Amino acid sequence: MATTDSAPEAGDLAQTFAGYVPSIESRDIVELRESYGLVIDGEERESRGGSLATIDPSSGERIAEVGAGNAEDVDDAVVAARRAFEAGWRDLAPRVRAKYIFRIARLLQDRAREFAVLESMDGGKPIRESRDIDIPLSAAHLFYHAGWADKLEYAVPGMSARPLGVVGQIIPWNFPLLMASWKIAPALACGNTVVLKPAETTPLTALLLADLIQEADLPPGVVNVVTGAGETGAALVSHPGVDKIAFTGSTGVGKQIRRQVAGTKTRLTLELGGKGAHVVFEDAALDQAVEGIVDGIFFNQGHVCCAGSRLLVQESIADDVLNRLRRRMERLRVGDPLDKNTDVGAINSHAQLERIQEFVEGAEAEGCRIYQPGGDLPERGFWFRPTLVTGLGGSERIAREEVFGPVLTVQTFRTEAEAVAKANATRYGLSAGIWTEKGSRILWMAERLHAGVIWANTFNQFDPASPFGGVRESGFGREGGRHGLQEYLDVTPVAP
Amino acid sequence: MTDRLSVKKTYKLFIGGAFPRSESGRTMVVTSPEGAVLAHVAKASRKDLREAVRAARAAQQSWSDRAPYNRGQILYRVAEILEGRSAQLRSELEAVGYSADNARADVETAIDGAIYWAGFADKLDHLVGGVNPVAGPFLNLSHAIPLGVCALAAPDDGGIRGLLGLIAPAIMAGNSVVAIAGGRSALVTSTLGEVFATSDVPAGVVNLLTGDHRSLLPWAADHDDIDLMDLSGAPVDVVADLEARAAQNLKRVARTDGTEDINTARAFSEIKTIWHPARI
Amino acid sequence: MTATSRSSGKVRLDGTAVGSTIAVSPVDGLALEARAKRLAGRSIKRESKRAGLILATTFIDLTTLEGCDTPGKVGALCARAIRPDPEDPSLPSVAAVCVYPSLVGVARDALKGSEVKVASVAGAFPSGQSYLPERLDEIRRAVAGGADEIDIVLNRGALLSGKLDVVHDEIVSAKDACGQAHLKTILETGELGSYETIRLASMVAMAAGSDVIKTSTGKLPRAATPPVALCMAEAIRDFQEQTGQVVGLKLAGGIRRSKQALGYLAIVAETLGTDWLTPDRFRLGASSLLNDIVLQLRFRETGRYGRLGDLPVD
Repeated sequence: MATTDSAPEAGDLAQTFAGYVPSIESRDIVELRESYGLVIDGEERESRGGSLATIDPSSGERIAEVGAGNAEDVDDAVVAARRAFEAGWRDLAPRVRAKYIFRIARLLQDRAREFAVLESMDGGKPIRESRDIDIPLSAAHLFYHAGWADKLEYAVPGMSARPLGVVGQIIPWNFPLLMASWKIAPALACGNTVVLKPAETTPLTALLLADLIQEADLPPGVVNVVTGAGETGAALVSHPGVDKIAFTGSTGVGKQIRRQVAGTKTRLTLELGGKGAHVVFEDAALDQAVEGIVDGIFFNQGHVCCAGSRLLVQESIADDVLNRLRRRMERLRVGDPLDKNTDVGAINSHAQLERIQEFVEGAEAEGCRIYQPGGDLPERGFWFRPTLVTGLGGSERIAREEVFGPVLTVQTFRTEAEAVAKANATRYGLSAGIWTEKGSRILWMAERLHAGVIWANTFNQFDPASPFGGVRESGFGREGGRHGLQEYLDVTPVAP
Repeated sequence: MTDRLSVKKTYKLFIGGAFPRSESGRTMVVTSPEGAVLAHVAKASRKDLREAVRAARAAQQSWSDRAPYNRGQILYRVAEILEGRSAQLRSELEAVGYSADNARADVETAIDGAIYWAGFADKLDHLVGGVNPVAGPFLNLSHAIPLGVCALAAPDDGGIRGLLGLIAPAIMAGNSVVAIAGGRSALVTSTLGEVFATSDVPAGVVNLLTGDHRSLLPWAADHDDIDLMDLSGAPVDVVADLEARAAQNLKRVARTDGTEDINTARAFSEIKTIWHPARI
Repeated sequence: MTATSRSSGKVRLDGTAVGSTIAVSPVDGLALEARAKRLAGRSIKRESKRAGLILATTFIDLTTLEGCDTPGKVGALCARAIRPDPEDPSLPSVAAVCVYPSLVGVARDALKGSEVKVASVAGAFPSGQSYLPERLDEIRRAVAGGADEIDIVLNRGALLSGKLDVVHDEIVSAKDACGQAHLKTILETGELGSYETIRLASMVAMAAGSDVIKTSTGKLPRAATPPVALCMAEAIRDFQEQTGQVVGLKLAGGIRRSKQALGYLAIVAETLGTDWLTPDRFRLGASSLLNDIVLQLRFRETGRYGRLGDLPVD
């Protein structure tokens, strides 16, 4: 076709359009306070252990102060949870429990935007993700589990199901509200009461959830929130008044917790780290596979336990896939989490940023090739570019250990069997991805991959009805689905 | 007491999301226990039944295609709207002779029933579906599918609880329904249409016919495009005949009485099994 | 073109028109739809929105394809095409006016002296179900009558019965009949059933020499959608990678609102690059879209919501 006369102007217009001027979600919807207390027995009160600051990782600025719960605070919370359990929640009609949880779900849907903005402010993830994924999924978990509360006789056929009692739940900073919801929903549905310990760097949406729970008129003490750092969590784990501990976090801390509860009757579920293999076969729908790879490692800045952080690509298409991947990475928009067009947000903390940097620098020192797209990064705050690491032998530190950042390692394979062997060469076993158009190959691979969750021709799909959890050192126990429910129940044969 | 002249409501059928009178023009008189005329409620004819089945069929596939979670959310919305209308429904029950306590109990149980079934939608496959351990390298998967269009005979004396107790599990499982009730339930049956119309339930998924069981149910039993009949509210002496007629297209016949349990859920669904090889 | 070979699920076209074998990739529909939704959901504000709206205007093929079209109607449309907003002379002309062959002469005269191109459908549009010689003849006559661009329909009957040779060769003949005029090949995506077939149709149409591949005739309810646009954009990108040739994309049917248009611009920008945001390579077949764009631009200028009735009737 002939070119138009206004070509130079058209070029300007195209750049102006495609640059996407900032479309910033307003922070106004969140009413921030200077400081927040602990929420124990239906009331907010100051911690006895002092306070700590929570910052916005996109700027490094302090947002608010929250309590740093000490052992006494934890004890108060456990006592309150026990009282609430025995004095009411345990014996409440199941349908009534269901209706409380439905209320919480609905209120979260009503206040969804407020939670999404706060989540992005406190944790650094893009508003598009908190708005479209974290918050709706959190509400869905509450909704789903509300419907179990009055159907527990079906949780395990032929068995009687009773609550455990008081559960202590310790959650990570990568999906703060979602993890709170994953923990609280089944716990409450099964008739337990809760002491929740949010992550040190992301306490705010859990505290807002406590506020919302109060709005739902949940009896005091059923859900208690004790913010703090590692010591707070340790105090909870070692408290004798807790019937079960549910932990999501690093494998290192998970092992510590396992040691701590050894010899006790405390039930334990652990959802730990991963080093997910993302396997792409030559017959895959390549354009979609590339999107899947990108989503698998750059979603939530790679702060995902089930991230597809190890690409295993069939050798015959490796060059093609890497070219497409690099081209695609050029288009990733890294920046202000509150910009609706941001694809990759801020790294959650300075400490985590340093860890990621160390990994990548180490990889380079070990002879790997590093690719990162160009572009400006904001001056303040914690940022790391999406990164591709090639030229690995397989024994480098970065090939074996969890980076927990937007860093993808690449290896090739020739046959299905080789792909399985390479994928399983890890102590972890949380997730794996398979891209191929052939169904029997999907099923053959799925049978042999050591992973608790396997995604075929998709990635990072979550649903409250789908059990999630790892094998081996990615932890034990499941969350979601009927299997996840059983973790919060004492299941015994029905008395004849 | 004011001198205000009240506006009396017209009680119509609920078909395809709209509120038509019976095509026959016929009505049934609903009276108070003292004999006062409360309303002339539309009396559904066999042609109304035919249209209701058409509307139900047209709506069924896309209703069933929705995620179970979505159907559960909509049923919860039904509960929300019902809660808001409880005063209206209670007064329509009291007008036909329910005591205040019984009217309240009926409405509250109905609302709680909607909530029960809302929570069942995304649990059904957990309970009746699953992977089957066949002796070969196959993935063998069974899951619940709806039956299609269900005709529900709700008890004339069942109130809202009786109606919703059949409608909720049926639509939870992905079916669309034509529910029939009369007698003392006529007023609330018609009003229930207003609840469904404002609860995000797609038009045609629920159709409500106020009418006479004895005249309508044989036509339903003979209808080739109905996949199940629940006879919880049918007069006992006609059940055998209806079951015999149902044999013509082998429509399923159930009598769940709206019990809130797995049996009722299973009555409104059946199983599809898929095989896929797992060897390269 | 000898038809195809299939190995490990990949279809390969022996594209003699482009002198190389062309691989046709499988498509995963769910993942495609998710990506399209992301792209179409980009938040386009302020200067980006203004730029996008102006660009979109320059991409429009203002179209009238009705049995009751008259010279008067076409004349009014052409005037509008040259001056989309009577109150704003700075808003550039649209790309083209698209009409039936019998009205090409009217359009040519009305558009004389402007930059707006004359596009004509030809070849038994919209079904294409007629004799090949007559279809080719219609193309030649439309070109002789002044059409700069010809929009034809791909032979869906041949495609869906597996006769890729027939599909390919008809397009080669049509391109030949076009002479200097540019050829746009309409896939009629609403009839093709799956994204994979859309991708296959795209590749065949490009291998046979189309200058532009287009979604729809606009005569069916199912027309352009974001996933369809993304699917075709990916095919175009893939074809360019494999052969070095640049083919344009035209989206048509059901594009009425600015928000849709901006979403499509985002799909093109992020899949094919900003080089593609030019009327040479990207078109929107639409009619009422222009009104929505003008109202949006006026809102940006005045801060007031406008009235459709204040715009010219065409």
